[in-house]
Amino acid sequence: MNSEANLTRPAKVLVTKIGLDGHDRGSRIVAAALRDAGLEVVYTAPWQEIPTVAKLAMEEDVDVIGVSSLATDHLLVPKLMKELHKAGLDYVKVIVGGIVPDNEEQDLLDAGVARVFHPGSDMADIVGTVQMLAGEAQNDTARQL
Amino acid sequence: MTTAGLSEAGQRLVEKILEGQPAALSRAMTEVENETGHAAALLAAVQKATGRAVTIGITGPPGAGKSTLVNALIGEYRQAGKTVGVIAVDPSSPLSGGAILGDRIRMAEHSHDPGVFVRSFASRGHLGGLSRTAGRVIDLMDAAGWDIILIETVGAGQSEVEVADIAAIKLVVSAPGLGDDIQAIKAGILEIADILVVNKCDQPLAEQTKRSLKAMLKLKQSGSQDIPVLGTVATTSEGLAELVSEIALQDEKQRRGDNLVDRKPRIRRNLAEAVGQLAKDRLRQNQSADIDALIVALESGETDYLAAAEAVLDGGQTNREIAATRLEKKTGS
Repeated sequence: MNSEANLTRPAKVLVTKIGLDGHDRGSRIVAAALRDAGLEVVYTAPWQEIPTVAKLAMEEDVDVIGVSSLATDHLLVPKLMKELHKAGLDYVKVIVGGIVPDNEEQDLLDAGVARVFHPGSDMADIVGTVQMLAGEAQNDTARQL
Repeated sequence: MTTAGLSEAGQRLVEKILEGQPAALSRAMTEVENETGHAAALLAAVQKATGRAVTIGITGPPGAGKSTLVNALIGEYRQAGKTVGVIAVDPSSPLSGGAILGDRIRMAEHSHDPGVFVRSFASRGHLGGLSRTAGRVIDLMDAAGWDIILIETVGAGQSEVEVADIAAIKLVVSAPGLGDDIQAIKAGILEIADILVVNKCDQPLAEQTKRSLKAMLKLKQSGSQDIPVLGTVATTSEGLAELVSEIALQDEKQRRGDNLVDRKPRIRRNLAEAVGQLAKDRLRQNQSADIDALIVALESGETDYLAAAEAVLDGGQTNREIAATRLEKKTGS
């Protein structure tokens, strides 16, 4: 629900994949579900480099980045978090979806990832979480004028 | 220097925009796109710095290769040492309001380049091939010092010609085999072109498409015979050098004033948008009995929307009479 999510404008989300894994079926399904829930989704091809993702997030002024990872690329996400910090994009919320071993989830959360979605996740939960995080990002004091 | 209506943070943002900091431009674009309370003041603060960029609109039917052509144009202008800003508009779903913004997928080869800034916008239900605030967003980008601004419309049908008011130079892109006799660009969209581009020119039907376009131009009123029809293969940059020099020629012509095209139509459009928005805002906030009466009259069918809108805008005949009387008093007649 938008009212619960506290959105001040349509949520803008970047759905992307970093690293060498090209399995983009999952990211496409999530992108389509977010679109159908009324979100504005910037979609990229897989194999993005980390500095590119940070530049893209800056240019598009997104609220949330969703990283899909099915073949160990989640291990690159802490690097992405550092790159976002360097670019002054600390308010951007990052979620990871795909195959993340249970014992590595905490590493991602410690690096600043807001939420990790595992196989079998409920799409409504994913959409609701993204909306809520987008609302938080939009209301971040660093972004107010 | 202080600017009216801007907080300290807003003024710092303006300074950063004018210095050319991309993150500042991006934030300001969000304010303008969403028409926040800061949008008008931000735009006012950068207004003086606008008018330097070459604005190039790229429109045409879906699948003609607009995004790929934009990608190729970025390459050409970067080689020439120009900085390039891109505004890419994709459609919003009329059902959910959501959108997939995927134009920049075709521009990925420039995604590292600090001399390139790509921003995607959802059309948010606005018809005409652009988003409603696209004109103002271009002003921001212009003020931020980007040399070339490429504006890519949504895949346009026959009447999405709004880009004509916004871009100085309009490219209408077609491709062979998109329906019999280039039917997707027969009227409207063809008339706004400064340059007609037949993309995918390596395909067998390309020559035929070019011939049909040229034949169509001959049927139009005088002047349109001069509109060049160029062939490109955007994926290999074939024909891009010719296209870029043709754009430069058109730009030079316009700046010399040979063509009547200037910024005024765009400014007029922006003014119309601003007037419309102000009227909407005021009406929504207006709790007066007059408006309530109009709503009741509309509900019961006593009046129609056009008449009611005229009554609201003109304030009815009585207000006009009052204004006329005031004017007479002022001039002492």
